[in-house]
Amino acid sequence: MPTFVYMTRCDGCGHCVDICPSDIMHIDKTLRRAYNIEPNMCWECYSCVKACPHQAIDVRGYADFAPLGHSVRVIRDEEKGTIAWRIKFRNGKKDMDLLAPITTKPWGTGYPELAQEPEPSTEMRDSQLLYSEPKYVRMDEGGLHTLESNGLEIKEGVYY
Amino acid sequence: MTYKTIIEDNIDILVAGAGLGGTGAAFEARYWGKNKKIVIAEKANIDRSGAVAQGLYAINCYMGTRFGENNPEDHVRYARIDLMGMVREDLAFDMARHVDSTVHQFDDWGLPIMKNSKTGSYLREGRWQIMIHGESYKPIVAEAAKKSADKVFNRVCLTHLLMDESKENRVGGAVGFNVRTGNYHVFKSKAVICGAGGASNIFKPRSVGEGAGRVWYAPWSSGSAYGLMIEAGAKMTQMENRIVLARFKDGYGPVGAYFLHLKTYTQNAYGEEYESKWFPELQQRVGKEYLDPEASHTTHRPIPTCLRNHAIISEVNAGRGPIHMVTMEAFQDPHLEEIGWHNFLGMTVGQAVLWAATDVDPKHENPELTTSEPYVMGSHATGCGAWCSGPEDVSPDEYFWGYNRMTTIEGLFGAGDAVGGTPHAFSSGSFTEGRLAAKAACKYIDDGKAEGINITDAQINRRKEEIFRPLENYKIYSNEVVAGTVNPNFHNPRQGLDRLQKLMDEYCGGFGVSYMTNDKLLSIGLKKMSVLGEDLEKIGAKDVHELLRAWELKHRYLASESVFHHTLFRKETRWPGYYYRGDAMKLDDENWHVLTVSRRDPKTGEYTMEKAPLYHLVGDIEDKDLAKLKAEGHH
Repeated sequence: MPTFVYMTRCDGCGHCVDICPSDIMHIDKTLRRAYNIEPNMCWECYSCVKACPHQAIDVRGYADFAPLGHSVRVIRDEEKGTIAWRIKFRNGKKDMDLLAPITTKPWGTGYPELAQEPEPSTEMRDSQLLYSEPKYVRMDEGGLHTLESNGLEIKEGVYY
Repeated sequence: MTYKTIIEDNIDILVAGAGLGGTGAAFEARYWGKNKKIVIAEKANIDRSGAVAQGLYAINCYMGTRFGENNPEDHVRYARIDLMGMVREDLAFDMARHVDSTVHQFDDWGLPIMKNSKTGSYLREGRWQIMIHGESYKPIVAEAAKKSADKVFNRVCLTHLLMDESKENRVGGAVGFNVRTGNYHVFKSKAVICGAGGASNIFKPRSVGEGAGRVWYAPWSSGSAYGLMIEAGAKMTQMENRIVLARFKDGYGPVGAYFLHLKTYTQNAYGEEYESKWFPELQQRVGKEYLDPEASHTTHRPIPTCLRNHAIISEVNAGRGPIHMVTMEAFQDPHLEEIGWHNFLGMTVGQAVLWAATDVDPKHENPELTTSEPYVMGSHATGCGAWCSGPEDVSPDEYFWGYNRMTTIEGLFGAGDAVGGTPHAFSSGSFTEGRLAAKAACKYIDDGKAEGINITDAQINRRKEEIFRPLENYKIYSNEVVAGTVNPNFHNPRQGLDRLQKLMDEYCGGFGVSYMTNDKLLSIGLKKMSVLGEDLEKIGAKDVHELLRAWELKHRYLASESVFHHTLFRKETRWPGYYYRGDAMKLDDENWHVLTVSRRDPKTGEYTMEKAPLYHLVGDIEDKDLAKLKAEGHH
């Protein structure tokens, strides 16, 4: 369902251009507003719709299989940490509001400062452990699984 | 040439493509390389790039060892049977033993993981899947990568790896161009972690016209993981193992939560169960070791994804399509109905749009399913990718050459779709592979293996000329014709892509031929591919955006050529339901219980194929339920 942009709402800010994973939201040089330059490379991912500060971008289902007259709108709010959807059917019989969280933390928090972590020891470097392991594997003091610890062998051939 | 050359020098670790694999690599590299220069190059914006750009509603790979749920070897056995035995079990075990530590960190970073209110554990969708509100999965993960990286180059599409000129078969960075400014970017780096993506859109999609972007895997997954590595001469494995997905028709909305959590099931157009009747004949072809419905019914052992596809394809070809997902029962429960819709909104909004457009309310009608066109990737129920070293403590000699996740090119590492033989990694496993690759890459550099890399200006200039040639072709020839897209001297990228897709569909087993091919078709197809390769040298791009499409096409082409060679080499039908070799319809363990490995000679373009031994984890891995069945004489 390729995206399209409403003429009267777009102010050409370029947020959609900045975020589109497919590089298909571009600014029209004459109109100075955004538009979808390549609808058949659009994944309907809604990244641009969510990023638009003016709700200027909407989606109209792909012409080859989607009839006209439906609507799926969205507002994503990083501060509130929520995403709100509204789905309206073509025949008007279904009109749903759906709300979901997008994060459990204030945006951008909860990350470790890896550069400030103590330098890993040589023993740690030579081990199979990654950062935060072994603790984060099971959230206890147990070690990493190995062939030996789990009673395994690796053998060539057909075994079932 | 008006485009500037921008050189980023003295990089220690270059992350080439930052989806889940690349972000994992960038994140972890900072811990092991406190003072190392870590740089990301990504053709889109890492906040919404890669296959997870849209979000996910589940993490499909989580052991839950802390909750006493599974051990890593259980997952290996699951992946093994699902892939009809063909898995690099050392890599799969290694990923599985680390993946929970990745997921627990995602939890710390604010990813909303649903909890089971009774047990306090993560809410399971299936044995391996946990449910999340993952609309912002990618931006949350990207934040961690941004904190670790010294620099992030968004909108830089990498086209080629740079190769050291003082030591053969050693990487020295990568080159590409900015898809907005057109500037030429050179990254000189001691190690490169390839986190680029698998391939959608190499087989003709079922959708036509405007809907051509409605593919299962993202349309921006241009097979660049393979294009970059194959071109440089890295060995690849299991490239024949393309995947076909049974999904909701046209929208390709996910079915995992429907099957596993909502307990919906499928039936044919006449309301009949159809799957079991195809299994006796199929069992004759693949053997009871791979298809044992009785054992699957009484244990956790899955019926392989490809074999379930086979039943759908056979039933439809027998004239009893379409296949329907029976949703009308589950959707009477308002809570399950809401989950059904959230599932789409979190990862495939297009399916919600389609049902809204076609007034399909799954509470009142059972939606249609279909089997998709094939895809080439390495992190879902398939394992295409580079032949990589495993971890020292697990891998046998044939699978180990010094550094975990290093390809056969020194200093070039892989993660996610780039690594072959590691199916069922999904998002969390791909991030984990990135972390493993990053630790190993730091060690590679610390061991002094990247000293004395020499990249000459001649190599840099040669690549520059090559990269911008499509713009030159257009400039030279477009004025020969009055207007329009028909030109006798070049094709544009869309025309080239259409040609590739048609060729792959008809000769390499696409949906248009019910996934059927044979040695003759493959040989003809390879000849046509060779001519297509010549024409791609002449491709024309009218602007920088088309230049991006031109290079995506070239990467897709290299991936496709490899798929052809691998498919021709493996003379058996290992995965009925993914594709069929009409000239060898049976599974052949006597000759083909092996992994296929290829190498394209970068100088001549010639392919060499070899068989690599297949190792299995054995021991306590034995499924206890299955063992009991065997003891009772069922097996």
